[in-house]
Amino acid sequence: MALRWRVAWWAAVCPAALVVGSAAGFAETAPSVLSPAGPVGAGDRIILFDATAIMLAIVVPTMLATLGFAWWFRASNTRATYRPNWTFSGQLELLVWSIPTLVIFFLGGVIWIGSHQLDPFAPLSSKVKPLEVEVIALDWKWLFIYPQQGVASINRLVVPAGTPLHLRITSATVFNDFFIPRLGSQIYAMNGMTSQLNLLADRPGTYFGLSAHFSGDGFSDMHFDAVAEPQAQFAQWVAQARAKGPVLDRAAYRGLLAQSRPAAPYTYRAVASGLFDAVAARDLPPGEGPQTGRGGVAVVPRGGT
Amino acid sequence: MSLLGKLSWDAIPFDQPIPLAAGLLVIVCVAAVLVWIVVKGYVPYLWKEWITSVDHKRIGVMYCALGLLMLLRGFVDAIMMRSQQALAFDAPGYLPPEHYDQIFSAHGTIMILFGAMPLVIGLMNFVVPLQLGVRDVAFPTLNSVSFWLTATGALLVNLSLVIGEFARTGWLPFPPLSELRYSPGVGVDYYLWAVQISGVGTLLTGINFVTTILKTRAPGMTYLRMPIFCWTALASCLLIIAAFPVLTATLAMLTLDRYLGFHFFTNEAGGNAMMFTNLIWAWGHPEVYILILPCFGIFSEVISTFSAKPLFGYRSMVIATLFICLVSFCVWLHHFFTMGAGGDVNAAFGIATSIIAVGTGVKMYNWMFTMYGGRIRFATPMLWSMGFLITFITGGMTGVLLAVPPADFLLHNSMFLVAHFHHVIVSGVVFGVFAGIVYWFPKAFGFRLHEGWGKATFWFALAGFYVTFVPFYVLGLLGMTRRLQHYTVPEWRPWILISAFGILILIVSILCQVMQLVVSIKHRNELRDETGDPWVGRSLEWTTPSPPPVFNFAVLPDVENTEVYVDVKQRALAEFAREPHYEPVEMPRNSPTGFVCAFFATFVGFALIWHIWWLMIAGLVGAYATFVVFAWRDVPDYVIPAEEVARIDRAARAARQGALASAAPP
Repeated sequence: MALRWRVAWWAAVCPAALVVGSAAGFAETAPSVLSPAGPVGAGDRIILFDATAIMLAIVVPTMLATLGFAWWFRASNTRATYRPNWTFSGQLELLVWSIPTLVIFFLGGVIWIGSHQLDPFAPLSSKVKPLEVEVIALDWKWLFIYPQQGVASINRLVVPAGTPLHLRITSATVFNDFFIPRLGSQIYAMNGMTSQLNLLADRPGTYFGLSAHFSGDGFSDMHFDAVAEPQAQFAQWVAQARAKGPVLDRAAYRGLLAQSRPAAPYTYRAVASGLFDAVAARDLPPGEGPQTGRGGVAVVPRGGT
Repeated sequence: MSLLGKLSWDAIPFDQPIPLAAGLLVIVCVAAVLVWIVVKGYVPYLWKEWITSVDHKRIGVMYCALGLLMLLRGFVDAIMMRSQQALAFDAPGYLPPEHYDQIFSAHGTIMILFGAMPLVIGLMNFVVPLQLGVRDVAFPTLNSVSFWLTATGALLVNLSLVIGEFARTGWLPFPPLSELRYSPGVGVDYYLWAVQISGVGTLLTGINFVTTILKTRAPGMTYLRMPIFCWTALASCLLIIAAFPVLTATLAMLTLDRYLGFHFFTNEAGGNAMMFTNLIWAWGHPEVYILILPCFGIFSEVISTFSAKPLFGYRSMVIATLFICLVSFCVWLHHFFTMGAGGDVNAAFGIATSIIAVGTGVKMYNWMFTMYGGRIRFATPMLWSMGFLITFITGGMTGVLLAVPPADFLLHNSMFLVAHFHHVIVSGVVFGVFAGIVYWFPKAFGFRLHEGWGKATFWFALAGFYVTFVPFYVLGLLGMTRRLQHYTVPEWRPWILISAFGILILIVSILCQVMQLVVSIKHRNELRDETGDPWVGRSLEWTTPSPPPVFNFAVLPDVENTEVYVDVKQRALAEFAREPHYEPVEMPRNSPTGFVCAFFATFVGFALIWHIWWLMIAGLVGAYATFVVFAWRDVPDYVIPAEEVARIDRAARAARQGALASAAPP
């Protein structure tokens, strides 16, 4: 008997402890949303924990009661009282409807406040002036344009730590989803539309970023490093970027529209002004899609670069 | 324009050994079965008793058989996905993206639309008329049409394995990816026509069952005397009627984009792809409740029967069911909080979503109190139900978690989401369907399923489920998104390997399930159910012999209590045994309409996918002609004479009376 209860207890507690423990365990190496590196991710995580705690407060007792009732009222237990006609109790019904309703009242408050405080479009409160970055999702790479610095980068987002980021995001092709797990909130990149996202990296580090919406055969390679550097090093990176590399004008941009998977990140030393807005307004053509084949399986590309 | 449209030898994947070999294996197996049927001379039997049958019980069994078959196909896809990810850490694995993408798209489409839906609809078909105390559904031939159109959809999806390709867009073909520019192959077209054709079947089923439940109940069967399963079936079919036209219209718009150069959702000419996401979830969210509500009904029946008590808080359960039915239409935006709708909209839909949990919570408590004061027998259906109670509650919790927008900003589209929906669909729908199959199997076939193998199936399924899907939660929290063909983050790898091990446990579970069927069929004489009431049931289907005669009830039952059958048992077995006055019974004639219609629909679908216009026209003409022939029939019914009804019923009563007397009411 005692052993059974101990087994049941561990069976109930272990999975939860395992999930949270292991996800938090890799704090500094894995792109875990439970080890945020900025206020947005931290805010999201608090809401995640709060909502979980509110619900566990009711879920765990319910699970235990269910197991307990099932165990006690097993047919072989002669000590249990059989009540074949006990099928209704007004007080219990009231309770049964009230408990979940009250939980949802409480949770509703968390949802309402959280949705407004952590709205991705809302600017972050900070004394530092935000860095503007324009993000364009392409098949299958990310283009980051720095309008204030006049440079651009493919598949590598370098930002100053401690400075708020104001990202404007669109897609030149199919839906994608811009997400840096350790910095917090994700948002869709959609053709013909501009999403906004406000993020902040508290401390220097390299944070794994990815597309969180399936975008075709090259989707698995649509990840990038978001590198937060001290202000001085960021300025140095900008200077280096300005010094070399190709120019991103409209012709060069059209070259990016073909499906491809760049082998390594690279930068542009200059960017034509208004490029992002032209893409978002559909003044420039959308991504080209697969180049050959209309029939059966022989649709390319099959991989490659 | 060639005679065969876009179809050519290029469509056969000669260069891809895996689908080719798999396809050939399937073709060989199907051919072998067909040859065996023909050689053994089973064709006339199959044609007369099954293919052209309009008997709701036969159609229900065929739906379940189709669903189980497709569940296996979907599971093979799952094995491939798990093994690919297990191999693909910093490596290409063995499935190239263009193949892997088809597999996860097919897995979702098949599991939901051709696995779970037929199983749920199959159980509704078999059980609802029996529980209502009627002889068939409102439109028996239409019922057959529904089934065969669903089978057509399933056939088209599986055809794509060998001829052409399946969609590479995910189970919901989001544009712009699914538009011609980004998906020029026939994969999306296979998806569109398979889902459209089977969707017509599903809609007809919805209409059929709503009519049946509202209009053709046994005398005295008021709404509040219906068994709870009938209520959940009604709610589910109301959702089908409201939601499936949305799906049809949405896919029709995408079809117009792809076939006639429209621009509903394209990147060019002012198309708005967001609208597709919006519309498809207006169907997609109610769809999950279409699946889960009847399963809630099954659990209610099973828990009540095996606790030897009526359902606790019946009216509360009915209200909660209708509450869920209604609110499930007001929450679809939670599937795209991360499109940036703003705080007010996100909060409104987040709260609406969590409100659904009130209805589900009420049900949980009522199941709990049904067990309280009961005498619980842990037979296989009850084990599945216990597995559900314990597992579903946490799955529901992670769902509410995802309905909290800031939490969703971290977990949207992640493996955490994948874990959540498998958690609720496996523990809710799959466990529910298996509980229902074991529970009603003796009613359908006259013998029980083997308990030992059934329990083994359950325990392996439960363990396999946790080992496979709990790691997904961890992966989601570790930032892993879904649908990755390969990955480079080392911290993900151990969890993916654990999950792959879980799949092995699930394979054992499936083998146990197969063994259960084989052993039970072999020992069917020992497992025979003479009483018609093997579980000491509580609703009308248990008053019929197992299997029930074609007319179900010799005399339509007069119903005076929520739990008619139990009441009759308690009042007087003698009264139950008194012979009623028999009258002739009119039953609908068998009709090949459904099969022939679906035959032509298959050609229409195939022709549209490959742009073979003459074949499409021929198919449409054929389907229309079938309908006209059916509409012009002179004799829709046949009559079973009173003496024949009496003969069948007397035999059944004699067999049952003794058994009932010995199993006196508790």
